[in-house]
Amino acid sequence: MVNLSVNLCGLRLDNPVIPASGCFGYGKEFSVFYDINMLGSFSFKGTTLSPRFGNPTPRIAETPGGMLNAVGLQNPGVEHVIAHELPEMKQYFHKPVIANVSGFSIEEYVKTCELLDAQEQVGLLEVNISCPNVHGGGMAFGTSADSAAAVTKAVKAVTKKPVFVKLSPNVTDIVSIAKACEDAGADGLSLINTLLGMRIDLKTRRPILANTMGGLSGPAVFPVALRMVYQVYKAVKIPLMGMGGVSSARDVIEMMLAGATAVQVGAANLVNPYACKEIIEQLPAEMEKYKINSLEEIIGGAHS
Amino acid sequence: MQYQIIENARIAPNVYLLDLAGDTSMLTAPGQFCQVQLPGFYLRRPISICDWDENGMTLIYKVIGQGTEALSKLETGAVLDVLNGLGNGYDVDACGDHPLVIGGGVGTPPLYGLTKALLRAGRQPQVILGFNTYEEIFLLDEFEDLDVPVTVTTADGSFGVKGFVTDAMADKDNRYIFACGPLPMLKAVYQKSGCPSGQYSLEERMACGFGACMGCSIQTKSGPKRVCKDGPVFRKEELPW
Repeated sequence: MVNLSVNLCGLRLDNPVIPASGCFGYGKEFSVFYDINMLGSFSFKGTTLSPRFGNPTPRIAETPGGMLNAVGLQNPGVEHVIAHELPEMKQYFHKPVIANVSGFSIEEYVKTCELLDAQEQVGLLEVNISCPNVHGGGMAFGTSADSAAAVTKAVKAVTKKPVFVKLSPNVTDIVSIAKACEDAGADGLSLINTLLGMRIDLKTRRPILANTMGGLSGPAVFPVALRMVYQVYKAVKIPLMGMGGVSSARDVIEMMLAGATAVQVGAANLVNPYACKEIIEQLPAEMEKYKINSLEEIIGGAHS
Repeated sequence: MQYQIIENARIAPNVYLLDLAGDTSMLTAPGQFCQVQLPGFYLRRPISICDWDENGMTLIYKVIGQGTEALSKLETGAVLDVLNGLGNGYDVDACGDHPLVIGGGVGTPPLYGLTKALLRAGRQPQVILGFNTYEEIFLLDEFEDLDVPVTVTTADGSFGVKGFVTDAMADKDNRYIFACGPLPMLKAVYQKSGCPSGQYSLEERMACGFGACMGCSIQTKSGPKRVCKDGPVFRKEELPW
C-alpha cells in the first residue's frame, strides 16, 4: 500500500493534489461531478477586500497547449465570502481550505488576510502577489523583492495560520524574490502563477482578449514551472506548492521530485472537471511503477 | 461522455450539421449547450444543442476559427468527448399562448428544439429567422415542417423580408419573445419588444463551460452572472440594456 499523504506546514493532507485558485471557484461546481473531499485541499477563488467584477470579455483565448485568461480577480469581496461562500462550502467540503488573497495595497492584503485567518475552515493563506490581470496591484507586488517582502511581513504580523506567498514567473530572477519572502517570514511559497501572454485575431487584427494580455496556463507552461520550483527549492528551506500546467499523476510526481511538497492543478480542471479525481486515482499506480512507497520521501528527490 | 459522429455535413456556407449518437439523459431544456473536446486543441468548444432524442443529438455550428475548422473535417464514426447538458436553457412555461421565436444566423439552431418544446407545451409560436443572404439560409424546411408560421428576413433582400429580424416585428410587439443570435440583433429585438419579459440567449468565449472559471461573466441588473452556468438564457428583466 503506497502512502500519498504529505505534511504541509503542519497540515496533514491525504494527498498532495490541490486545485489551484481561480480554476475551482468555491468547489461547488465540481462537487456535482465527484466528491471533492478526496482532494488534499483546494485553494478557493482569489479574494479581495472589496467586490470585483473583473475585466470585460473576451477574457479567454486558446493557445497551443494551453489557454490565456484575463478574468481579473472577479470575486464578491471578503465579507461576502465569509458570510456566504464559506458557510455554503462547509456543506460539501469538510477539510481545511486554502484562502487565496489578492490586493491593491499592503493595507488591503493585511485586512483581507486578517479576516480570513480568523475563519475556522481556512487551513492556510495563499497571498497572491502575482496576478497579471489587474492594474496597480497583484503582480506589481510580486515583481520586486522589496515589495514582495513588505507584503509578506505585513501579512505575517496579523495572521496565525501558515502563509504561502504565490510568486509570479514574470520576473528576471524568481529565486531572489523567493528568498526575500522567506526572509520576511513566509511559511511557504506557491509557484508559479500564469505567464503573461497574448493572442491576436487575424480577422479583426486586434488582441483577442479585451484586456489585451492575459495569463498563460496549461501544459505549455509545465516545464517553466518545474524549472522554477527546482531553482527555488535549492535556494530556500520553506515548503513549496508547485503548480503550472500539471495535468497528470506523472506531472505531480515530477513536480514533487523538483521540490514541491504539494501540487496544485489549475487549467486542467477547466478542460476536464474530473482532472483532480483522475490524478489522485492514478497516483498509486504511477508510484508503484516507479517504486515510490511514500510521496513524502520523493520531495526534492531530483536534487543531488 | 463519448459520442459517435453519425453525420457531419455542410448545410450552408461554413455551417455544418453534426449528428451525434450517445447519452442525452442530462439534457433538460432546449437552449442548453455542450462542450466538445477537439483533438489537438486545449479548450473545449461550446456549441448549442439544436435538437435531441433518447439516442443522440444534433448540433449545428459555424466554422469561425481553427477549432471549428478541425471539427468540420471529422468524419462519420469518429468519437468525440463531450461535456453535455450545460447551461439553463429556455423555460417554455414562462410564456403565454402566442410567443415569438426570433433567431439570427447561427443563433437559430437552439430555437428549433425550443419551437418543438413550445408546441409540445401547447403553445402556438410564430418564428422569425434572420440571415444575411439566401445562400446562408438553413433549417427553414425543418421549421416549416413543424407547421408553424415562419418569416425569413435577409439583410440583402435575396429572400423573404428585406432587412433584419426587427423589420418583421411589429412596433412595441407585445408578444413574449424567445431569442438567440448575435449581440447587436438581441439588443435590437430587446429595444423593439413591447413585452416586459422574454428570454434571450447570449454567447461568450468560455473556458470551462460549467461555472468554475469566471471567463464568461456579464453584468446584469442582479449582479455579475456567468453566461455558461447562470445562462446562456437570461430573462429580459435581468439584462441591463
